[in-house]
Amino acid sequence: MTERIVIVGGGTGGSVLANDLADRLEPELDAGDVEVTLVNDGPEQVYKPVWLYVPFGQREPADGRRRLDELVDGAVDLRIDRVTDIDTEAKRLGLADGPSMSYDYLVVATGSTLEPEQIPGLAEGGHDYYSESGATELREELLSFTEGELVLSVIGTPHMCPAAPLEFVFMADDWFRQRGLREDVDITYTYPIQRVHGNPHIAEWAKPIMAERDINVETFFNAESVDPEAGAITSMEGTELDYDLLVTIPPHAGVDLIEEAGLGDDGWVDVDKHTLEAEAAENVYALGDTADTGVPNAGSVAHYQAGVVGQRLASEIRGRPPTATYDGKTLCFIETGMDAASFVEFDYETPPSPAPPSEKLHWSKLAYNESYWLTARGLL
Amino acid sequence: MTAIEPDETVDARGAACPGPLMDLIGAIRSADSGAVIRLLSDSEQSLTDVPEWAEEAGNELLEIEEHDDHTAFYVEKA
Repeated sequence: MTERIVIVGGGTGGSVLANDLADRLEPELDAGDVEVTLVNDGPEQVYKPVWLYVPFGQREPADGRRRLDELVDGAVDLRIDRVTDIDTEAKRLGLADGPSMSYDYLVVATGSTLEPEQIPGLAEGGHDYYSESGATELREELLSFTEGELVLSVIGTPHMCPAAPLEFVFMADDWFRQRGLREDVDITYTYPIQRVHGNPHIAEWAKPIMAERDINVETFFNAESVDPEAGAITSMEGTELDYDLLVTIPPHAGVDLIEEAGLGDDGWVDVDKHTLEAEAAENVYALGDTADTGVPNAGSVAHYQAGVVGQRLASEIRGRPPTATYDGKTLCFIETGMDAASFVEFDYETPPSPAPPSEKLHWSKLAYNESYWLTARGLL
Repeated sequence: MTAIEPDETVDARGAACPGPLMDLIGAIRSADSGAVIRLLSDSEQSLTDVPEWAEEAGNELLEIEEHDDHTAFYVEKA
C-alpha cells in the first residue's frame, strides 16, 4: 500500500522538506511505496527577506519569487490549490478546486499572514515591508522622504524575522546619513516590552548602537490606534507619537484552518518543540512559523526543522522509531547599516552573542540571500 | 487561593519570555474595561515583566498567586 505524505505550504519549510524527502526516500518513491505531495495556493514561492531591501531601492520584489515547479524535485507531486479544511480524525484535506485528499502523514507549513485591521487606522496610516505590496508602496514614500519624523513601530509579536525591525532602523539611519539628510530626519523605534528586542541578549547588544546612532527608543509601546489624518500613533500605555512616515510590523497570525482543525490558537500549531509533532493530532507535524516552538519565525528555523521532520518521516515510513529532534537552532544575519552586518547563532540552550558588525558579514548576508534558492532546492 | 473570578484565563505555561507578557497584552487589548485577565506563566521573567507593564499601562495587578510549577497573575484592565 502506498503511504502518502502531504505537505501544506510551499514556503521555505515546505519546499526544503519536499526536496529532502525526494532525496531521502528515493527508493520508496521509485517503488511506489510512498507519495510526497506538496500543496501550495500559488505557483510561486516567495522569499520574504528580499523585502527589507525593496524600500531602499536595492532589490526588486521579483528577486524574491521563483516558480515552485522549478524548485521542487520532479518526484514530488506538486498541487496548486488551496487547502480549505483539515480533518485529522479522517486524515483528509478539503481543497478549494480539486477533490479532497487523504494523507497518512501531514506537515503543516502555512506560515504567517498579516492582520493590520486589528489596529484601527493602521491599514490606512501605516506602511510595512512585510508584504510585497507593502514594500513597494513604502519604497515610493521612502525614496522621496527628505525630512520629518520616521516612526518604526513593532506591533505584532511573534512576527516574521525578529531582527528585521532593528535592521530597518539601522539601515535607514545609515542611508539618510550617506545622503546628507540624517539631520533633517528623526527616527523613533517602538517595541512592545521593556527592551528593544524580545531576546535580552540581542536587546542588550542593540540598545547602545541605537543610542550612538541617535535612534529614539520607546519601549512598552503597544499600538492601540493610528490616526492617519493627524499623523499620530497612540499606545495602550497612553503614549502618542507624531509621525510623517509610519512603518510598522503589523499584527501577525497563522491561517484560520489551523484553529478550525483544533490544532492550536491564532493559526499556530501547538507542537512538541523537539519532535515538532502536533499535540492535538496523530501523524501531524508543523514547520517554521506555523510551529509554536517559541523560537524566531525565520527561514533558517524552517530550514533546520525541515531536516528534522524529513528524518522523522523517513523513519516512520521505514517502520523505525524516529529519533531526530530539533534543538532550537537559529541563524540570523542582522544588517547594522547599508554596508555592515552582525550575525547570531543560538538554540534552546545557548543564547545568542552577536558578532561585531563588519562589511564581510554584510556581504555574507547578501550572498546567502542570492544562494537561498539552492536551499529551497535542497542543495545547500 | 484567591477569591478573584477572572473573565478570561491566558495559559502561557511553557512559553519563553516575552511570550507570556505578549499573550497578556493581547488579551487585555481585546478585553473590555474592568475585565480581569488571569495569566498563567512558568517563566521567571514574568515576575518582573508583568508588574512593570501593568504599572506602565495603568492596569491594576490585583494579585500574584504562586503555585508549585507556575504563577498566576490577575490583571484588571483600566
